[in-house]
Amino acid sequence: MPTLMINGQPHSVDVDADTPLLWVLRDILGLNAAKFGCGIAQCGACTVYVDGKAVRACNLPVGLVGERAITTPEGLDMADPIVRAIKSAWVELDVVQCGYCQPGQVMAAVALLRTTPNPTDEQIDSAMSGNMCRCGTYMRIRAAIHHAAGELA
Amino acid sequence: MSTHSPSSTTRLKTSRRRVLQAGGALLLATLWPTARGRAAQASQAGTGVLVEDVATPFAPNAFIRIAADNTITLILPNIEMGQGIYTSSVMLMAEELGIDPFAVQIEAAPPGGGAEITGGSTSIMTEWLPLRQAGAAARTMLVQAAASHWGVAPESCTTANGAVVHTPTGRTVPFGDVAEAAAKLPVPKEPKLKDAANYTLIGRKHHRLDSQIKVDGTARFGMDVQVPGMKIGTVAACPVQGGTVRSMNRNAALAINGVHAVLVTDNKDTVCVVAEHYWAARKSLKALHIQWDFGKNAAITTQTIYDDLHAGLNGPAIVANAKADAPGVIGKSGTTYTATYQQPLLAHSPMEPINCTAHVRPDGCDVWAGTQVAERARDTAAEITDLPASKITVHSQYIGGGFGRRLEHEYVTQCVQFAKQVPYPLKIIWSREEDITKDRYRPAYVDKLTAALDDKGYITALQHRIVGPAVVARWDPPELTKDGYDEDLSLATVVTPYTYPAYRLEFARREAPGITTAWWRGVGGTRGLFVVEGFIDELAARAGADPVAYRRAMVQNNPRALAVLERVAADAGWGTPVPKGRARGVALQFAFGSYMASIAEIEMPSPDEVIIHRVTAAVDCGQVINPDQVIAQIEGGLIFGFSAALYNEITLENGRVQQQNFNTWRVMRMNEAPRRIDVVVMPSKEDPGGIGEVGTAAAAPLLANAMAAAQGRRYRSLPLLSARNTEGKE
Repeated sequence: MPTLMINGQPHSVDVDADTPLLWVLRDILGLNAAKFGCGIAQCGACTVYVDGKAVRACNLPVGLVGERAITTPEGLDMADPIVRAIKSAWVELDVVQCGYCQPGQVMAAVALLRTTPNPTDEQIDSAMSGNMCRCGTYMRIRAAIHHAAGELA
Repeated sequence: MSTHSPSSTTRLKTSRRRVLQAGGALLLATLWPTARGRAAQASQAGTGVLVEDVATPFAPNAFIRIAADNTITLILPNIEMGQGIYTSSVMLMAEELGIDPFAVQIEAAPPGGGAEITGGSTSIMTEWLPLRQAGAAARTMLVQAAASHWGVAPESCTTANGAVVHTPTGRTVPFGDVAEAAAKLPVPKEPKLKDAANYTLIGRKHHRLDSQIKVDGTARFGMDVQVPGMKIGTVAACPVQGGTVRSMNRNAALAINGVHAVLVTDNKDTVCVVAEHYWAARKSLKALHIQWDFGKNAAITTQTIYDDLHAGLNGPAIVANAKADAPGVIGKSGTTYTATYQQPLLAHSPMEPINCTAHVRPDGCDVWAGTQVAERARDTAAEITDLPASKITVHSQYIGGGFGRRLEHEYVTQCVQFAKQVPYPLKIIWSREEDITKDRYRPAYVDKLTAALDDKGYITALQHRIVGPAVVARWDPPELTKDGYDEDLSLATVVTPYTYPAYRLEFARREAPGITTAWWRGVGGTRGLFVVEGFIDELAARAGADPVAYRRAMVQNNPRALAVLERVAADAGWGTPVPKGRARGVALQFAFGSYMASIAEIEMPSPDEVIIHRVTAAVDCGQVINPDQVIAQIEGGLIFGFSAALYNEITLENGRVQQQNFNTWRVMRMNEAPRRIDVVVMPSKEDPGGIGEVGTAAAAPLLANAMAAAQGRRYRSLPLLSARNTEGKE
């Protein structure tokens, strides 16, 4: 296995190459913020970045990751204005309910604002529709992304 | 990530249980743990992180602990699963104590120390008085202790920001400094509660205590529990309920890297593979190639269940509620109207798949789980391990979605059964496929209503038959009435904003074979409201009446129902022209002690597509604790209900559940969610009602009535977008 670069730190793990990244993060390294929701890339609870791009860790075999930079929700840098704006908006608007999907939602929202600083409702819906929330916090997620975009403008 | 030393937590838990049982404040002073024990636990004030077993000199009741260093710990009787109850519970105590809700650390009550269950939208109703009393009792004692110290009258003191204040001089003393003295005072039985006019917290928006940890991903759910030495298992129960393992390839399974064991339950209905990590366990489970003996339920299909329910419309039934002679009035009436409604089996599918961690030792057992029923979790562990309940420690975790699923505890039973077979702590994680196909389902129901109508089209008599299971008969048998009735079925049927001159509710019990049925968000309210509000809407249409005006006439003597209806009609612009291509529907309800009226404005580009442009709701849930979280529950509850109403139906073929994962079990996504939800919370001084299920109960009738307006046909079968509706196959 190649050494994995996770949140800027090298980690060498001894698992089969077909092991999804999610289980290396959670069960081997104890990085629990990315969640298991479905295992088939349907719900987005396990969203992480690989080279800055949002991907689903639950069906990404570690053997395919190589030495590319992995960012988990733990690795989001509060010094980054977009991260700070999104997290602050989530708290300000009390977006969360059960909270299980929210690290994934935050990852997706940060990725959206990186490419689309002032998204429309339609752009938000399009970017966020891969991240399910069973509690139905969608109204507040939409509002919080607008709120964060406004803070950054 | 925090870890546990089971031996020390077990000891502390036992000591606290003694404290709780001892009850008296004087005894408490002798039982608090050593300073070393306390120092080991860093303060989690304001973080929302759950602490355990905090013992302090001042512990006047089951809910409040104040340490000499002024660390305030509040022990919360109901479990947090998203509904915001931790925040509201803290607000209730903080209001009376005189503290900032963010200045406390929180603990989930252990089994026996809090609510027996968290469910049925009952938390605020049951906490409203006792938690304020707990806060007021503690305040009274702290004030008395400070006043004695100062030599002043207690009446001249108040509390604020965790300190007693002597108002005339402005002197203050932190609670912690008088905690030990206060602990020696008698606990007042009926402490004086604050006048509502002086509330600074109750009724005002307060941020959730658990927002930050849930945004950062540091909140610990059952799924995130890590115990030293723990291994991870995943399970397969027989796809047909009641079946057993015939054979399996253990060697292939054990050959997978990182696999430790293949375990089977005593009754051979479930297999567990234990490994270093979930993926190895999952791969190994597949490699087992389990062959099952499917047993007697192998021929069941959904149609078997529906046919049985429809058959129950004729033949014997219990009379669950009666007023005057409804059948007689209907028999003699010149004008009657009848409709039959059908609802499907539903899965819960919370975002956090089912999981549980247990460590069974000869001298005790620890269970880490998200559960709405911690006592049942403890008791099942005691039964399986043959240990006394006092040797079982349940560590409650944040719940990644309950919706009724975690009112079941069979996954705790299962986990302890497997953990008992191994020497190490075992975390069991269900795959999403296992979570959906081995759920305990919201039952399917068939309802038939017949009304006698006066010359204006209003009800003179209503006869309603419900055919379906009695969930309570399994879940809490003593609650089944001696006639065999499940009172849950009275929600939104007998308990309603309407009154009828004559009424009769019948129940024909039909238990579905081959599956287990259970509570699901909104329980009888969700079930009943779809039927009753759909039927009322049909009667309004039959009378040629406006649906709001028709309901308004029916609730003239019910001021709270009338007020929410008038308010929502005004807010939604009910009287204004509907934008081209759109339609509106309304629902009115009284359930869980709360009133709500709601209006949906939708568009249907085709019979199988619904765009929800706007939902407007007016809710009167009595005295509100945290209004923004009431709004959040209505928003989220509606969306949870919309998913089911539009898309969801569990079906069985050959005794197996067909839906497997979120690719075949559709959940509403952001692009399908309403464009806008506007909720107004009506000011009220009535006692608090429940709110966690109110939105969900409204969802199906609201959409069904709006869709009926859009399509000019009724929707009497759920889900609304099933082929039965979109292709007219009723």
